[in-house]
Amino acid sequence: MIGATYRYSRTGRPVLRDVDLTIEPGRVLGVAGANDAGKTTLCLVASGMAPAVVGGRLEGSVSIDGVDAAGLAPYELAQRCGLLLQNASTQLTHTTATVFEEVAFGPCNLGLAAGEVVERVWWALRAVGIEGLAPRDPAKLSGGQGQLVALAAVLALRPKYLILDEPTTELDPAGTALVADALVRTARETGAGILLVEHKTEVLARIADQMVLLDGGSVVLAGPTADVLSDPRLPDLGVEPPVRVRLERDLRAASIELSPALREALA
Amino acid sequence: MTAPTIEFDGVSFTYPDETRALDGVTRRIEPGQTVAIVGQNGSGKSTLVKHLNGLLRPSEGRVLLDGADIAEVHVAKLAGRVGLAFQDPDRQLFAGRVSAEMAFGPRNLGMRGAELAGHVRAALEAVGLAAEAESHPYDLGYSRRKLLAIASVLAMGTPILILDEPTTGQDSRGVAAVRAVVAGAAAEGRTVIAVSHDMRFAAECFSRILVMRDGRVVLDGPPEVVFGEASWPELRATYLEPPLPAVVGARLGLGDTPTEASLVAALAPARVAPRAVTDARTPRNG
Repeated sequence: MIGATYRYSRTGRPVLRDVDLTIEPGRVLGVAGANDAGKTTLCLVASGMAPAVVGGRLEGSVSIDGVDAAGLAPYELAQRCGLLLQNASTQLTHTTATVFEEVAFGPCNLGLAAGEVVERVWWALRAVGIEGLAPRDPAKLSGGQGQLVALAAVLALRPKYLILDEPTTELDPAGTALVADALVRTARETGAGILLVEHKTEVLARIADQMVLLDGGSVVLAGPTADVLSDPRLPDLGVEPPVRVRLERDLRAASIELSPALREALA
Repeated sequence: MTAPTIEFDGVSFTYPDETRALDGVTRRIEPGQTVAIVGQNGSGKSTLVKHLNGLLRPSEGRVLLDGADIAEVHVAKLAGRVGLAFQDPDRQLFAGRVSAEMAFGPRNLGMRGAELAGHVRAALEAVGLAAEAESHPYDLGYSRRKLLAIASVLAMGTPILILDEPTTGQDSRGVAAVRAVVAGAAAEGRTVIAVSHDMRFAAECFSRILVMRDGRVVLDGPPEVVFGEASWPELRATYLEPPLPAVVGARLGLGDTPTEASLVAALAPARVAPRAVTDARTPRNG
């Protein structure tokens, strides 16, 4: 993505301003920022869905493996880039009777052989730890379970790039850890490039290689995750620093020396 | 405002697909208590709170408000006493304008004119949406729709306020707004119950924490007890990790420090290097 400035069709004001970023194969790029910083719009633009499906006007360019996204049809974009929307329940097809069929829907549409579809569905269900939900009715899942099903459905497409808008919002801490592990494993093992929008900075601290921080549609901080997350401007940008960063800051503010024992206990 | 006493008396609930979501819950919540309910996805947290406003009726057992079985109370009457903001705002919001969405609940409770306008304005200000009164709810982002869903219930002024996962998807300002809503409602003497996966929010904003697993309450107490070292085996059996300050406090032999503030306070008086890590058995975090 180079110099991307994007406006929705109904608003004159750009929601993204001159954004440069690269999603590298096998790596996780984290994105954080306040509400309305442009994170969801970034997901839509990076996946090519805006403007291809959503409309609006894009200046600058988005290319996927060197091919200009503007020249790709929505189905071609979808084959290259998996997109998980923020409210995952809106992404389920609501046409299938079981979770298994729900996750199989995408691979079937790719025209894969039945054996390959079945293999991919089980792989994806296992990756997010929900094999047990396979026979359940997708309409009768909890918020967190629905989110895991939607993520499995995207993983089953084995896209080369994965764009995820807050995939852990509804999840408990164990589910969040599971998804974080599944994402980093997917990146390392399948070579997928992942863009991960996440409010939980603990998750970013754990799995993102690089990070960008958005504010008002612009990238205001970028670099290695540890550097971005320890930047003192984070709270002013609507982003909660990870607990270790907060604790160290609070202890310094209280003039409490970070003794070796305390450092070790924090580690 | 005097909130009613809440009692769950042997409440079990089985969904039509035979999922047993609650298994004999017996608890009493006193007027004005602030209670966080934590636990895994599917442990029965949302199912439990949906019993308080009659959205679900127990398969077995009773739910009592001030000693009266709510099965006998008309849902419309219950709505004036128990406000519940849903986990998914998109299942709650329906109006074409924020102001209309906000007025719907309190108007149905009989509020009119200046009283209605005042409640709506105060609730919108509480969540930082005062400037959006004329917007369409679905022009707001997800996190702000969630704040709107909370505000629309807050405006009803019910003595019991229930928030299902209020901090999910919020940035730090949104979380601060939710924390202020909890503190403000508690200061008015309202009973506040929140379902949450956010252990920091639970530890810092609530006086009592219920931990649920498989439809039962397995831990119940103030944050320093529920997140105290003695509770860790039970917490971990529930796939929950104690907050980092509790772990650090235990490692340094400072006692139970479930919050960042309590840890800093425990370290502050000494102003000396704490003793070395006290217990080799102390589990490592992450």
